[in-house]
Amino acid sequence: MSYIKKPAARHPSLQPNKLGLTVRDYEGSMSTLCAGCGHDSITAAIVRAFYELDTPPHMLAKLSGIGCSSKTPTYFVSGAHGFNSAHGRMPAIATGASAANKELLYIGVSGDGDSLSIGLGQMCHAIRRNVSMLYIIENNGVYGLTKGQFSASSDIGSKSKKGEANTQPPIDPVMLALSIGATFVARSFSGDKAQLVPILKAGLLHKGFALVDVISPCVTFNDHEGSTKSYVHTRKHQLPIIEADFVPHKSEIVADYPEGSTTSVTMHDGSVVRLRKVAADYDPSDRSAVSSYLQKHQSKGEIPTGLLYLDESGVEMHEGAKTVDTPLTRLPFEELCPGNAALAKFQQAYR
Amino acid sequence: MQQALKLKVNDFAFKLANVNGTGSASANGLLMQAIFRMGIPVSGKNLFPSNIQGLPTWYEIRVSDRGHTARTAEYDLMVAMNAETYARDVKEVRTGGWVIYDSTWPLAASLVREDVTFLGVPFAKLCNDAFVESRERTLMKNIAYVGTLAALLDIDMEIVSGMLKEKFAKKPALMESNAKAIRLGYDYAKAHLECPLTIRLKKMDATKDSILIDGNTATALGCLYAGATVAAWYPITPSTSVLDAFTSLCAKYRTDKVTGKRKYCILQAEDELAAIGMVIGASWNGARAFTSTSGPGISLMNELIGLAYYAEIPAVIVDVQRVGPATGMPTRTQQGDILLCAYASHGDTKHIVLFPANPAECFYFAVKAFDLAERFQTPVFMLSDLDIGMNDWVIPRLEWDDGYKPDRGRVLTREQLEAMPKFHRYSPEDELGVAARTLPGVHEKGSFFTRGSGHNKLGGYTESPDEYQEVMDRLARKHRAARRLVPKAIIERHAGAKIGIATIGGCDLAVREAIEALAARGVAADYMRIRGFPFGDEVEDFFRGHETVFVVEQNRDAQLKSLVILETPTLKRKLRSVLAYGGFPLQAAQVVEGVLSQLPPRDTAATVAEEDRE
Repeated sequence: MSYIKKPAARHPSLQPNKLGLTVRDYEGSMSTLCAGCGHDSITAAIVRAFYELDTPPHMLAKLSGIGCSSKTPTYFVSGAHGFNSAHGRMPAIATGASAANKELLYIGVSGDGDSLSIGLGQMCHAIRRNVSMLYIIENNGVYGLTKGQFSASSDIGSKSKKGEANTQPPIDPVMLALSIGATFVARSFSGDKAQLVPILKAGLLHKGFALVDVISPCVTFNDHEGSTKSYVHTRKHQLPIIEADFVPHKSEIVADYPEGSTTSVTMHDGSVVRLRKVAADYDPSDRSAVSSYLQKHQSKGEIPTGLLYLDESGVEMHEGAKTVDTPLTRLPFEELCPGNAALAKFQQAYR
Repeated sequence: MQQALKLKVNDFAFKLANVNGTGSASANGLLMQAIFRMGIPVSGKNLFPSNIQGLPTWYEIRVSDRGHTARTAEYDLMVAMNAETYARDVKEVRTGGWVIYDSTWPLAASLVREDVTFLGVPFAKLCNDAFVESRERTLMKNIAYVGTLAALLDIDMEIVSGMLKEKFAKKPALMESNAKAIRLGYDYAKAHLECPLTIRLKKMDATKDSILIDGNTATALGCLYAGATVAAWYPITPSTSVLDAFTSLCAKYRTDKVTGKRKYCILQAEDELAAIGMVIGASWNGARAFTSTSGPGISLMNELIGLAYYAEIPAVIVDVQRVGPATGMPTRTQQGDILLCAYASHGDTKHIVLFPANPAECFYFAVKAFDLAERFQTPVFMLSDLDIGMNDWVIPRLEWDDGYKPDRGRVLTREQLEAMPKFHRYSPEDELGVAARTLPGVHEKGSFFTRGSGHNKLGGYTESPDEYQEVMDRLARKHRAARRLVPKAIIERHAGAKIGIATIGGCDLAVREAIEALAARGVAADYMRIRGFPFGDEVEDFFRGHETVFVVEQNRDAQLKSLVILETPTLKRKLRSVLAYGGFPLQAAQVVEGVLSQLPPRDTAATVAEEDRE
């Protein structure tokens, strides 16, 4: 927890973005999480992502469920509307919000308890509906706010702070999302901001549901020896296999990589995500190949990270629902109510 | 055989016993509509099983020139088309009545009653001779009895053939087979039976300004007219047809003619927890959104209803009640969710609840529900039930005021926010206890954190007792203020009445009929039908003004009575309950019996004085 609020004074080196806002303008209130919590690093990456995307703060809606992770939306973009809802129910609330207003950007922050236990069903169905939103699971393998119970992402054999070993198999959000048709699946590590920021940016611009599972160690309850979600364990076993470079719309692609090592995907706003493969045989557009690759490496105890799977051609919720281009909230009442003459005509069939 | 009943024109009831999945719904609907078009007040009650094919199902039709169209169990005639239930169906006919049966097979002697007249028509044989396909033979047997009844009851055959023409305008083959089947039944009756019977129909002029519609369609129509753009739901009997109707209405009235795109978004959720979540998300964002469900769905929604109440987010929830608890009887009617909805969710919560009595009120109250939800920034329930929702009712033609403007409540515009020094979500409050809200995407100055956790009047997180209570007290004031805006109770006073009868929702017609019947027996009673919660002053006054009030409702535990005791100064001992909760719509006879069996009331003058001191 940071007890000292940073001064509001702007350092001259803080470059404004296209909206004239500095990175400080994308911050929120002070974090009340434990010092060293992985979640705070993710918050910092989120702040950076919005700043770099030139997002107008009021055009963002940030939603969460309940848990340590779900507290974090207060810690970024204070100019955005926030909704700290109920445990495991954020996906439905985000779905309804998106249905009402397709113009806003939606970010949902959740945790492994919120998403993989109480809210597993809702998360899965939001994936199936392909709601346009960035959905972050701040995954620490433990219930922090209730002091250290195993969560559904705890690995078999992973030890609790009290030394007890978990015996139940974990739910892996990445494998799960792949199996139910997710169109954007990524995994990262809170300690790897360089990898995380471009993934978040790509996820925000993705047409559809972007799942980002971020291993985010809980320093208080799950960062000890024997835990498979600790800083030490994650650093040791992380296997970056594909890195995302985010190239904004109309920008020149400058970085140069050896031929055959990158794949470019154009997002719906014209931005380009360049996927740089560390593993040469990896194809991020082949769902079954990605699944088997991950399975193979995860069974060896490795934690493959990166923007693992991306498909920009999926049918997003509003496309499927065939809604008009104007957000439903902006349709004038006159366009919605058929009026008395139509009612009289309608009732002729009920004579 | 007994002597038949005396002549009864436009005042009798009959019942049709069928096997479900054999097309009987279509035949019975045809009968009901034909009578409606003859200008006669009529009602149809579909008593169907939770099943798709093969189980017993019944349909009851009552005609009443006096407009008494509540359910009655006094059947003058039975059409016994289901061998499985034949014995009990025959038993239900009143002495002097008729049974129409399929005389293709001989009637078992053990099933014959001496005091009713059996009219045999060989429906199976007639249809087997006239139709080739087996499915058609089954279906047309039911259509054939429409013809027989037309002959026996004097139904206008021109109206029947006109209806067939409309119904099958695009399917000439079907029109032909239906017309043929009706003619078979009609001709046979004319040739072999004495037509018409002494119960018969005669054209009237009582329905020309009316329509025949079910409550769920009317509810959907209300949501359409209110401007709802987002609907989220999970399929559940008996509310599914609300969303079916809303979907087809939106397709018709809300599709952009040029692009084919939709000015609505209907979300079939994974469960009711998600359905209400979607409604809350959409309403939070500024759309008019609703869900429709039944009791089991409300049980699941309880969690997020509390969130919407505490975070002050509008939501419209239609509950088409069925018989509980648990799965209960999904195709039977009840008013068992009154307390559940009034206080839904954990902690201190109280909601606005509307109680429509018929499809017309379903339409108007649905619109009202959106206005109230946005004015008070809170969930609003509309409690319909299976009887209102799924049966066809004769109601006055619906009218829409083209001058209607939706009441969006206190929502700050971009300009208003621009001019404000600072926005706080939960203050200042207006005279209704409501604070202004802002919508995402409008202005950075309007941003705030919506939360279900403890918050103070500025919208900030709190664990302070004073700050928490300050907000909770305002919510209580807000709820109390709503009593002035919910639909007023309908009150009808009668000369010399000492007792009152208070009721709710779909009990309306049966209670009115009972009041007439009681008056005929020398018991005058005033009538009140409560239409909204929180209760208005007129509700309290009615209870205060009567020494004894009978509360008629369709549940076991007297939920309306409990709510009155909890929420008004009314003394428990002046209230008597009349309860019917078996799952079929209420009958006047049940009310009459319930009232008479609890009369005379003891002298309660003292209790009135005591109450007035409160």
